[in-house]
Amino acid sequence: MAGFCYFPQTGEDIRQMLDRIGVTSMDDLYCDVPPEFLHKEELNLPDAMSEQQVRHFFESLAAMDPKLKVFVGAGAYDHYVPAVIPYITSRSEFLTAYTPYQCEISQGTLRYIFEYQTMICNLTGLDVSNASVYDGSTAAAEAMRMCVACARRKNTVLLSKALLPQVLGVVKTYAKYAGIRLAFIEAEGGRTSLASLKAQLESGDVAGAIVPSVNRYGIVEDLTGFAEALHACDALLVQYCDPSALAVLKTPAEWDADIAVGDGQSLGIPLCYGGPYVGFMACKKAYMRKLPGRIVGQTVDAQGRRAFVLTLQAREQHIRREKATSNICSNESLMALWVTVYLSLMGPEGMRQVNAKSSAGAHYLYEKLLETGKFEPVFDAPFLKEFVLKPLCNVNELQQRLCDAGFFAALKTEEGYVSFCVTEKHNRAEIDALVAAI
Amino acid sequence: MSKVQEGLLYSESHEWVRVEGPNAFVGISDFAQEEMGDITYVDLPDLDNVLKGEEFGALESVKASSDLYSPVTGTVSERNLDLEDAPELLNEDPYGNWIIRVHLANPAELDDLMDAEAYAQFIAK
Amino acid sequence: MRYYDKLVFELSKPGRSGFSLSQEWADAPLDLDPALLRVEAPVLPEVSEVDVVRHYTNLSQMNFGVDTGFYPLGSCTMKYNPKINEEIAALPAFLGLHPLQDPETVKGARTVLDWTDRLLAEITGMKHFTFKPCAGAHGELTGLMILREYHLSRGDEGRTKVIVPDSAHGTNPASAAVCGLEIVEVKSNAAGLVDVEELKPLLGPDIAGIMMTNPNTLGLFEKDIKEIAALVHGCGGLLYYDGANMNPLLGAVRPGDMGFDIMHLNLHKTFSTPHGGGGPGSGPVGVAEHLVPFLGVSTSGFHGNFGVILRALAYILMLGKQNVHLAGRLATLNANYIKECLRDAYKLPIDSVCKHEFVFDGLIDDGACEGKAGATTLDVAKRLLDFGYHAPTIYFPLLFHQALMIEPTETESKETLDDFIAVMHKIAEEAAADPNILHAAPHNAPISRPDETTAARNPILKWENEN
Repeated sequence: MAGFCYFPQTGEDIRQMLDRIGVTSMDDLYCDVPPEFLHKEELNLPDAMSEQQVRHFFESLAAMDPKLKVFVGAGAYDHYVPAVIPYITSRSEFLTAYTPYQCEISQGTLRYIFEYQTMICNLTGLDVSNASVYDGSTAAAEAMRMCVACARRKNTVLLSKALLPQVLGVVKTYAKYAGIRLAFIEAEGGRTSLASLKAQLESGDVAGAIVPSVNRYGIVEDLTGFAEALHACDALLVQYCDPSALAVLKTPAEWDADIAVGDGQSLGIPLCYGGPYVGFMACKKAYMRKLPGRIVGQTVDAQGRRAFVLTLQAREQHIRREKATSNICSNESLMALWVTVYLSLMGPEGMRQVNAKSSAGAHYLYEKLLETGKFEPVFDAPFLKEFVLKPLCNVNELQQRLCDAGFFAALKTEEGYVSFCVTEKHNRAEIDALVAAI
Repeated sequence: MSKVQEGLLYSESHEWVRVEGPNAFVGISDFAQEEMGDITYVDLPDLDNVLKGEEFGALESVKASSDLYSPVTGTVSERNLDLEDAPELLNEDPYGNWIIRVHLANPAELDDLMDAEAYAQFIAK
Repeated sequence: MRYYDKLVFELSKPGRSGFSLSQEWADAPLDLDPALLRVEAPVLPEVSEVDVVRHYTNLSQMNFGVDTGFYPLGSCTMKYNPKINEEIAALPAFLGLHPLQDPETVKGARTVLDWTDRLLAEITGMKHFTFKPCAGAHGELTGLMILREYHLSRGDEGRTKVIVPDSAHGTNPASAAVCGLEIVEVKSNAAGLVDVEELKPLLGPDIAGIMMTNPNTLGLFEKDIKEIAALVHGCGGLLYYDGANMNPLLGAVRPGDMGFDIMHLNLHKTFSTPHGGGGPGSGPVGVAEHLVPFLGVSTSGFHGNFGVILRALAYILMLGKQNVHLAGRLATLNANYIKECLRDAYKLPIDSVCKHEFVFDGLIDDGACEGKAGATTLDVAKRLLDFGYHAPTIYFPLLFHQALMIEPTETESKETLDDFIAVMHKIAEEAAADPNILHAAPHNAPISRPDETTAARNPILKWENEN
């Protein structure tokens, strides 16, 4: 047989191994498969490509589309990615390892997860973080399950209608099959309504509520009174956060939230058509045993040296099976490393500047767009880097014009608004060019 | 060999019961703590009703988790809060450290439990 | 590998920084009410770029990956991760695509998903796939939601139970529970396979379906699958295929042909994408034609882990029809070779041809004698680390007390396997002579065995400044 670069066995190797096993062909090793199921012919797949052909194939696909400057957020933010990060995350010792089951030869992974947990705790102000879940939407769904698990005997979770559409969608999906009842908190003037929350609490069955920190309209929510109202009913407050913004905004701990979740993508992870991203989850210590996913803890080895291990594993599926807090096994570990390296590089001052620049750019764009006369304001509410406007022109034509000029902007929302976002990647000149294209 | 203490009643899920008047103290047997290994956490119940055979809590070790089943029906009137900070007490002295105290609703149920001799035979199997 | 004891926070010095941003608007005040702002800046490291690079390079050197050496971790398919995949996934044009862009502006990305859908359908015998699930367990959950949706759409609301073999991965019962299904366990027979006679009485109008891994977690092919499929379909249930063990069937057997209705694949196992220290993976779910209308169930925010899907497609195109049929067969050859070479020293509980992996039940001679405990599977695993190998999966499946589950994959040479076999024999000899050598292992890893009990009793889960 002709060699293939990923298969090291030669024809002679195979013959010797078959002899040792005591069979004559590799198909003999499938003697337990009913013959009708064993495929002997080639599958209907393309001919094998050389590495050069594979490269060319993908480069042609990549060239099919215009390269657009992104002025949309809506849950995926185009922040700058420092060059160091992909160098670190592509180190094969990190990239080609699996879950740190053998802690003695996985201290690299375990240490960065411990650092990641610390950074998530410091951004949210909460006590305990897990080692990641898939994305922000699934983190919110897991938080919904946590509320019910912590409450015992209560089965309703409240969702703010101002949460991102994809977060609402995924939480609804999980709730439907888990048999958890959802009820909704209205948004008034673009903000989650405390009065609506209080009205919903009267049912007496509420285990918790999920509300955004920065909501689907880009508005920074004022959660005064939320935790108090929920805690009075023995219900938990879950905050859905943009972790980049948490470097400057009032923290979940300062709002007295019990659980904070969100998507770590805004911490320097490339857009990459929606993934891989990383969901984060943090909570107060009282709820630690209900937190899903892996958790890394510090201990000492037999010589007394500082060492790190996966801990509190009795919560997990490989031990508790159907009684586990969650079914999660693989998570987004490498993306947690991505976030950890990002926050190490940025530090408190870098994170302040990212927010200052994004916010200043967004407010500049907001004013410039209103000056065109083609939009009018929707809400009179504070925003950071993202906002919506009401379009006074044909949105499809507007988007086409922007696309032709090299921009992805003015995302149409369910409500008929258009949404814009500015990050530190875009300067005043680029914003002016965007406005000119409108 | 696991120790079996005389004078206690035992369930097939390895809880022991010590009856004092209208109350029963519930713990786990030496056999159960040996099976678990180093216990790292005891999940204690609320002060609420329990049914015989119903889960009332759980034990965790590094590599295992085991539910606790109530050997009796009644109301949990007290929990051994020492176990929250020192779960190892169950390893060190399983018969000296109870987990919950239950006010018995149906003392006749006690007849279903094993005495020390029967339990010793049960775990020898 | 060498021990290195820093955390990035401990390198921090006020005023030092590792970022580079233009100065425009860098000091612009935030236009927000102070009541909406945090009181103090978060504690994050203040370190230079070179600090960061050296720190994480040092951390990486305490880690073992597939590129370091042989990684026979059963059920995880730690095959070689081709480097062209990484280059494809790093193409800037893909990295810059926003997930909510108009489909007209992401034709390249849509083509990647369409091709992957078509090729995976051919490989598995399914009709179409959804790429939303981000890992295997996420695929299980998504697939079970589709299974439930199918029954609900027919008004068949009484199907609330799912059958799971006792040898199943822990994620199977956990996913079923998260999906609101009740678990019914079916026992394995003495041959390690689902016992058809035990299965029959479980079937009825309350059964939504069965979750099966084939080959199962013992690496054994469920040869009664045709009868099992007929029985489950006969009672109105569906068959779910856990694709964690798809590798030996790659290019050899298609789940769709065996009668499975729904399945997931672990692209990070069968399709060579790197495991990333625990993720990201990708768990696309495929369904037979009659279930295509239910593929829209939304279990993640956007389109799944697109970067992982890119790598998997690159792998399939490299293999092509000329090589794909060999992948599974070579994985099976390698596993059987190790099994036959080591059965003289390790207990083989079920003597049968295996697929991609097999399970030993500890040492034949563990060295136990009067007053001296024998060497356990844990000890063997830890001793392997000393010789430069990752350990196999241990204490799973739960059917045996000393389970040691070995999966070599097809990307390991005969020389690698022979060296591993020699080391396993040496460890068996050490155990027989003096198990204490094994009890104290590893002897030359970056750390020795840690105190996991204290870690769980008094959890320290984040770094705190002691000053």
